[in-house]
Amino acid sequence: MKVKDAEYSLLFKILAYVMVTIVTLVCLFPVLLIISGSFTDNESIVRHGFGLIPDKFSLDGYMYVFKYPTAILRAYGVTILTTVVGTALGMFFITMAGFVLQRKDFKYRNQFSFYIYFTTLFGGGLVPWYIMLTRYMKLMDTYTVLIYPGLMTPFLIILMRSFIKSAIPDELVESAKIDGANDFRIYYSIVLRLSMPGIATVGLFLALQYWNDWFMSSLFINDTRKYQLQFYLYNIINTVQFIRDMAISSGVNIGNPPTEAMRMAMSVVVTGPIVFLYPFVQRYFVKGLTIGAVKG
Amino acid sequence: MTRRKGFWHEVRKNKIMFLMLLPTLLFFFINSYVPMVGIYFAFTRYNFADGLFGSPFVGFENFRFLWQSGKLMQLTLNTIGYNLAFIVLGHALAIICAILLSEIGAKFFKKLAQSIMFLPYFVSFVLINVIAYNLLNYDTGFINSLLVRWGMEKLDFYSIPWIWVFLIIFFYLWKYLGYYAVIYLAVITGISDEYFEAAKIDGANIFQRIWYITVPMLRPTFIILLLFSLGSIMKGQFELFYQLVGNNGLLFNATDILDTYVYRSIKVTFDIGMATAAGLYQSLFGFVLIMTVNAIIRRVNEDYALF
Repeated sequence: MKVKDAEYSLLFKILAYVMVTIVTLVCLFPVLLIISGSFTDNESIVRHGFGLIPDKFSLDGYMYVFKYPTAILRAYGVTILTTVVGTALGMFFITMAGFVLQRKDFKYRNQFSFYIYFTTLFGGGLVPWYIMLTRYMKLMDTYTVLIYPGLMTPFLIILMRSFIKSAIPDELVESAKIDGANDFRIYYSIVLRLSMPGIATVGLFLALQYWNDWFMSSLFINDTRKYQLQFYLYNIINTVQFIRDMAISSGVNIGNPPTEAMRMAMSVVVTGPIVFLYPFVQRYFVKGLTIGAVKG
Repeated sequence: MTRRKGFWHEVRKNKIMFLMLLPTLLFFFINSYVPMVGIYFAFTRYNFADGLFGSPFVGFENFRFLWQSGKLMQLTLNTIGYNLAFIVLGHALAIICAILLSEIGAKFFKKLAQSIMFLPYFVSFVLINVIAYNLLNYDTGFINSLLVRWGMEKLDFYSIPWIWVFLIIFFYLWKYLGYYAVIYLAVITGISDEYFEAAKIDGANIFQRIWYITVPMLRPTFIILLLFSLGSIMKGQFELFYQLVGNNGLLFNATDILDTYVYRSIKVTFDIGMATAAGLYQSLFGFVLIMTVNAIIRRVNEDYALF
């Protein structure tokens, strides 16, 4: 009996290591392709295709990208602005809502929770929302439109509520009230401090949403100076392709920008910072999700 | 003597709490509830001259058109089909991954694997567009260069619609496997060792331990995640689909979902009436679906129902 189990366990462990390694490699591989492509000479890409290791090393892609850096810097600026402002403001609202909604002495909390949650079940759809934002609120080509719609989502509010509920004992709030503190004071001095892990997690999710956003730019921004990073990248990819396709179909030679390598270099430049931050930040994501998963 | 406490009494009593909640309430009012008025457009044939509220009222004409042209049916099938595949495959694979990860002893390897698996979640969908291009494009794609090296014909992926069913599912899994696996792994880590010890003593081998202890313990989490997913079954992974397929008309039949159809209607055709009709259909269908599923689950086990 014991011997059999040991055999099975060993078999399973081997299986586990092998499978996990495979999955990890699959996750990593596409990213490596892009990095490798960015450092490859354009000609060799055109001739041999993308490979894991650069056929012929070259920094041409990057040089082209940095030739006219204004646009990228601006996109960075816009995205940093929206991310910082959006996350700060959003977190302010989300934490307040989360705190209030978990308070047992807040009589209508279930009704309000449902009011918020219902928006995930049913809505007017994309078109009325778009029309409202452009026609009636006149938010076309503004920074506001990049920040305001993403401030909170029902998911994040409910998540925040769970975090606060498990981090702040009711007695603590009660005794603070007896001491004369009002709700906002309690929120400010106690809740914010004690729920830090939860706040970090939700904050990171929110920041990631803003950083990776391209959707709002695509719908509401025509002024190229206000493009968000990811949308800027999206444009570059498509434009280069578009120009190339047009050139091919009309038989025109438009000179030789190192298009392939340049797109890869652009992708690296746009995504790079997150991936740099990633090792430091992912720990919080994982931890936060972990706590949330167990408590939720 | 009892006094009836009304809503406004409650507001006055807890003024500050209401104030703290107010921004959120306002936000959803403006962002989600007010646009519901626009559902009216679904019943008009919008034209530019008459504007939004002046266009002729055509009743269910838009819906009839969408239905009869087969568009609605196809979009529905695509949306639900893909989402079912995402949910079933996504969660099954994530659970398997989490179980495998939990059995790995080497801490460093485990942490490293978790980190790498979580990376795709971080990456934006535009980058997925780039990745797909890298792998699949005809001239320089990685796969095609491999095919050439092995003496085979190149494949023009971007004009073969049915392949994209698998490709889209693959990319979805690539992006979300790590995310869900982390969640499940967290739950598994929380399972008390005592259960496993007791099972070992009773003679259960590792497969039995997993099947009889781990899997049932994951059921509540799975059901909650499932209900969340079902709630958005009619909406899709819009960004995923749009970045992978873009405006490639050849692929629409196999890959168009309600979201991409509506989005394109805004950007390209600007047919407000039709697009709103599709959007309304999407909302309504999804709403009915989740109410039904929730009712069923509530009958089976009250604790699991969402509300």
